[in-house]
Amino acid sequence: MTQQIEEEADALARAAVGAPGPQRRPLGRRVRSTASAYGFMAPAVALVLVFFVASGLLLLILSFTDLSSANFSRAWNFIGLDNYERLFTDPFFPKIARNTVFYVVTTLIVFNLGLALVLALVTTSIPRRAGFFFRLVWLLPRLTPSVVYILMWQRIGAGDPFGIYNQIVPEFLGASGGNLIFGGSPWAFVILTNGFNGASFGMIIFTSALESIPKDLLTAAKVDGAGTWRIIRDIKIPMIKWPLLFIATYQTLSLLTSFEYILLLTEGGPGLFTTEVWALTSYKRAFATYFGNSQWGYGATWAIVLVTIALLLAVAYVKLFRFNELIEEPRIENL
Amino acid sequence: MTTVETAPPRPAAGPIPRSRQKMGRYFAYGFLILSIIPILVGYAWLIIATVSARTQGLLPKNAEGGIGGFTLSNWDFVFESAIWNAMLNSLLIAVFMVIGVGLASTSGGYALSRMKFAGRKTFLTGTLVLHAFKAEMLLIAIFFVLRFLGDIPIIGGFIGFNTVGGVALVMVALELPLGIWLMKGFFDNLSWDMERAALIDGASRFRVWWQIMVPQVRPGIAALSLFTFIVGWNAYLVPFTFTIGTKVANMPVFLNQLISDTAPVNWNLVAAVGLFQMIPLIIFFIFTQELLLNIYAGGSKGT
Repeated sequence: MTQQIEEEADALARAAVGAPGPQRRPLGRRVRSTASAYGFMAPAVALVLVFFVASGLLLLILSFTDLSSANFSRAWNFIGLDNYERLFTDPFFPKIARNTVFYVVTTLIVFNLGLALVLALVTTSIPRRAGFFFRLVWLLPRLTPSVVYILMWQRIGAGDPFGIYNQIVPEFLGASGGNLIFGGSPWAFVILTNGFNGASFGMIIFTSALESIPKDLLTAAKVDGAGTWRIIRDIKIPMIKWPLLFIATYQTLSLLTSFEYILLLTEGGPGLFTTEVWALTSYKRAFATYFGNSQWGYGATWAIVLVTIALLLAVAYVKLFRFNELIEEPRIENL
Repeated sequence: MTTVETAPPRPAAGPIPRSRQKMGRYFAYGFLILSIIPILVGYAWLIIATVSARTQGLLPKNAEGGIGGFTLSNWDFVFESAIWNAMLNSLLIAVFMVIGVGLASTSGGYALSRMKFAGRKTFLTGTLVLHAFKAEMLLIAIFFVLRFLGDIPIIGGFIGFNTVGGVALVMVALELPLGIWLMKGFFDNLSWDMERAALIDGASRFRVWWQIMVPQVRPGIAALSLFTFIVGWNAYLVPFTFTIGTKVANMPVFLNQLISDTAPVNWNLVAAVGLFQMIPLIIFFIFTQELLLNIYAGGSKGT
């Protein structure tokens, strides 16, 4: 209905100024309007070209070289697929790959999806202001600078007499007195730190989705005698199916390619590659190797393989969500 | 909906008894309070540690091992120039990001929302993918790009490797996909009547954008600015990777140097510096709560 009116208005406006229809725009005008569009796009396009496109290509080229701080000043030495061979025959490759899958799947299911959904369901079932308060507290990790945030967790997990967990939790719940991050369960802390940050994202998205479920639907179900659990299972979850899928794919991608908290918390340790994930390996090979030897070429190889996996996932998710429908044609240009 | 309708009718369908409702309420609050304990404990430690000489767990301790020993000496760092240098660097990165991301997203978002041009679809799909994708994977290549930019005469000294400008430029680029989608979303929601009238009257695209459209998306620009400021202020990985030493360090990098370069670490000093760094964030947190929750929903949804 509205669209029809708009179309009519469109036609009227065109008739009023004698402008041609969308199909018959003169070439000069088309060129000029394209030029002005590129003018508006110029800053964004320049930045994307330099820091994503060119950098991505450079990363690919680097992955075929043995460039490191040892031969930095000389011309780039191309070594074919040697880096790739080295990557897949690395004795720690299986461990790092397993770590990555474990880290992504566990954090995603327990926190970024599971806890996020529970938090959204619970905070929308209590009075509005109280729900808002709890969501706000949950937003804190996201606002806290990563260095300070990890600092807090390090103090929580520290050994006696400084550790907070050891101090306030009774002994039978695992307070051994030692350092919990490096002595006890490094994975628990890696997943907790990332999960406490990641859960808030899903929580906020799910909350707005849950709040937009029509109230009559829920009332009708209650009148019919459906219990809380049935309402959640049969109405709420099916109604927020798309946000759930969106968060699942989006967070898989971001967990797969992020490593900042792990770098700050354990640096992949303790010991050999205990909590090292793929993205962190790439970074450490290139920037943080011992004896000051930065292997940029080899690090780039780890990055390229992960980028390829992530891009395949990303393409799948663009297809799955039919994002092309989001990218509808702009109307104003039909003037 | 249909599932409920076709469900077999329960024999004693009626309102849930009050006592059960009350129990559910208690359960909900209990769960939520338990869930936020780690967050609250972390902050409690930060605040207690900043005002005490030493802490064990959450307890401030005096020299004899009893409770006490409160002091403000941890805050002596505010009289040193290093912290203000780091703060200035943080501020420069954050402000540069607000301006850079704001301008590029507001102009790019407008074109993507309102104009038709070759490459529009590719650009939108591309930035959408980059949105979830942490560009941290590209840091190795960006390292070389920055070294290259540093060799450009005149401006090279400001945007190359190991400069605040270079860090800010990289950060602008990395935040851009989010900014563009956010602003495109705001422009998509505007009615196009005024804009079209102006165009028919012969106004240029630029004038329409600047005088008619930009004033209407001010709330969007405010939200984006707040978001990018926080990202820039908290930035750790990019500044850490692309700077060396203390002169160009921003606050998070400075704080990390404090933790890793000194042994034994003075945790109470570290806590004070950490809290000091969070002052602007605390102000935002108190005064823009509603906006913050909205940005983190809308700003990341990609629409």
